[in-house]
Amino acid sequence: MTTIDLDYSTLDQTKLDDLTAYIDSLEHPEESLIHVLHRAQKLFGYIPYNVQFFVAKTLKIGAARVNGVVSFYSFFNEQKPGKYTISVCMGTACYVRGAEKVLQKLLEKLEINKGDVTEDGLFSVKDVRCIGACGLAPVVTVGEKVYGHATEDMALDIIDKYRGDLDGN
Amino acid sequence: MDTVVKDTLQYRIALRNCGLINPENIDDYIAVKGYEALAVTLEQYTPKKVINIVKESHLRGRGGGGFPTGIKWELTAREQSDEKYIICNADEGDPGAFMDRSILEGDPHSVIEAMIIAGYAIGASKGYVYIRAEYPLAIDRLETAIKQAKSYGFLGNNIFDSNFSFDLELKLGAGAFVCGEETALINSLQGLRGEPTKKPPFPSVSGFRQKPTNVNNVETFANIPAIILKGSDWFNAIGTDHSKGTKVFALAGKINNVGLVEVPMGTTLRDIIYEIGGGIVDDKQFKAVQTGGPSGGVITEENLDTPIDYESIRNIGSMMGSGGMIVLDEDDDMVEISKFFLDFTQDESCGKCTPCRIGTKRLYEILERLTNMEGSPEDLDLLEELAQNVKDSSLCGLGQSAPNPILSTIDRFREEYEAYAYRTKRTTYAIDDNKCIGCTKCSRVCPVDCITGEVKQVHVINEANCIACGACYNACPVDAIIKP
Repeated sequence: MTTIDLDYSTLDQTKLDDLTAYIDSLEHPEESLIHVLHRAQKLFGYIPYNVQFFVAKTLKIGAARVNGVVSFYSFFNEQKPGKYTISVCMGTACYVRGAEKVLQKLLEKLEINKGDVTEDGLFSVKDVRCIGACGLAPVVTVGEKVYGHATEDMALDIIDKYRGDLDGN
Repeated sequence: MDTVVKDTLQYRIALRNCGLINPENIDDYIAVKGYEALAVTLEQYTPKKVINIVKESHLRGRGGGGFPTGIKWELTAREQSDEKYIICNADEGDPGAFMDRSILEGDPHSVIEAMIIAGYAIGASKGYVYIRAEYPLAIDRLETAIKQAKSYGFLGNNIFDSNFSFDLELKLGAGAFVCGEETALINSLQGLRGEPTKKPPFPSVSGFRQKPTNVNNVETFANIPAIILKGSDWFNAIGTDHSKGTKVFALAGKINNVGLVEVPMGTTLRDIIYEIGGGIVDDKQFKAVQTGGPSGGVITEENLDTPIDYESIRNIGSMMGSGGMIVLDEDDDMVEISKFFLDFTQDESCGKCTPCRIGTKRLYEILERLTNMEGSPEDLDLLEELAQNVKDSSLCGLGQSAPNPILSTIDRFREEYEAYAYRTKRTTYAIDDNKCIGCTKCSRVCPVDCITGEVKQVHVINEANCIACGACYNACPVDAIIKP
């Protein structure tokens, strides 16, 4: 059985203070759980169990409810993502224009499964719901950067680019 | 980036300001009669009068359901309560649809203005925009717009010196398709899992915080200021008998002009695809257009001349949905398309009710079995029976409509399903003996060297080694390669 780490004393105190201040500023804190979790994910990069537990304690609600919400919404990550998350849009427009091939190429090259992180911690690859950029289909994003009309070759270039850190973003 | 193309067939109401004004400057919006509808409403109309104008315009919900907006407002208005709420559903989750994103990014004030008017009409003093976290620019623009509207006194206390007060707040979603369903959306707004609840009670009676709540979609709201200013007669003159006004469609897929189009109700798909959309990429053969996203179906060549409105599109086996329109060509495999949508719905099913949670999963598995060439003819019967059951017994719209992509494609393209079920579907390329001229181009491009033949002799593909890459198909100058 895996042990669940609920000890939030090991977390960065300034980030926790930021989160507490945010919660204190809310008019209806409990109702704003999703907003609190967005904030937490922005601060920590993902929402591990101990952060969820901290949120539950601060909002004075059950940890199970927090976990229920975190695990329900696909936007929230419970696992630490790679330094660069490569997202392949799987909207219908991207799909019919070959997004699946681009995704497979990325996974093949990085030798990981969807949602996993490479051993060096550099990349994770996921498919995302339509990002509404159907005019650029198929679309791949890395952080805020959008790559339109993506091809299998472009997928390899993207990996090389970030691996070499040429772009620096 | 998103182009609105060729304007002879188009008529812009919801998109009237998109691309024309600076969405980050409220003065730009005011310059095009922005907030004038609000001023007229507060100074001259009673709430009842506003509802009557919207009712008489026959505006129907643009999120897909097509419920008359004026009646929805009236139902919420007649409830007695100390507090009521207006919610804008901006959780545009249909893959391949981006109308709402474009409106929020290009003309956020029109939605804000409409929400204030709706608040006045139903007696609400607080509104929420529930927006997808996947739309950062739209969130940004809306936040800016709300701030500006507050500083100009359009939001806040005693708007235009009336005794009406209204405030607006943004609420973020977190990636759950089911939250487009209004009861699920309301749960999500309250910081809960976005699971739908049984109707009745409808949100108009008991919604957000158990108070009467009116939920409308972005595009629906964007129509309101124009209707108030120009009147219901003007709006009634556009469209068909039962569907008035315009509809915005997001045209994407194998089409030359990808982008948004806004056309009067009653425009034919042929006009949308060929006149506005510029036809199919590489002049390939049109196969079908998929409308209504994961809840909709496909429309084929024979129905391209049907004037499109809420009723007619249902009669030809699809649905309006929020307005996504994905054009498919001869290369698209309809069983794979169904599988794509079922993969989506089984993943997005919230899990609350059994028919949807388990049913969509089993439907997906049958499709997977078929496309893996492991299916049987019995699978087709099972597929249809189960699809009907899921449709009939699911709790909310997601499950009730999830089987539509299967039912619609199996009706129109049964032979494609049968090719999988009877395992007669070709998985490799082949060469037509009668057409091959022996030019050797195919054998030279084949990456696995599985094409043999002498110069000027008929070539042959060794099917055991073919990886179905399609290189030979593209290289052949005489169309002698047969696709799988």
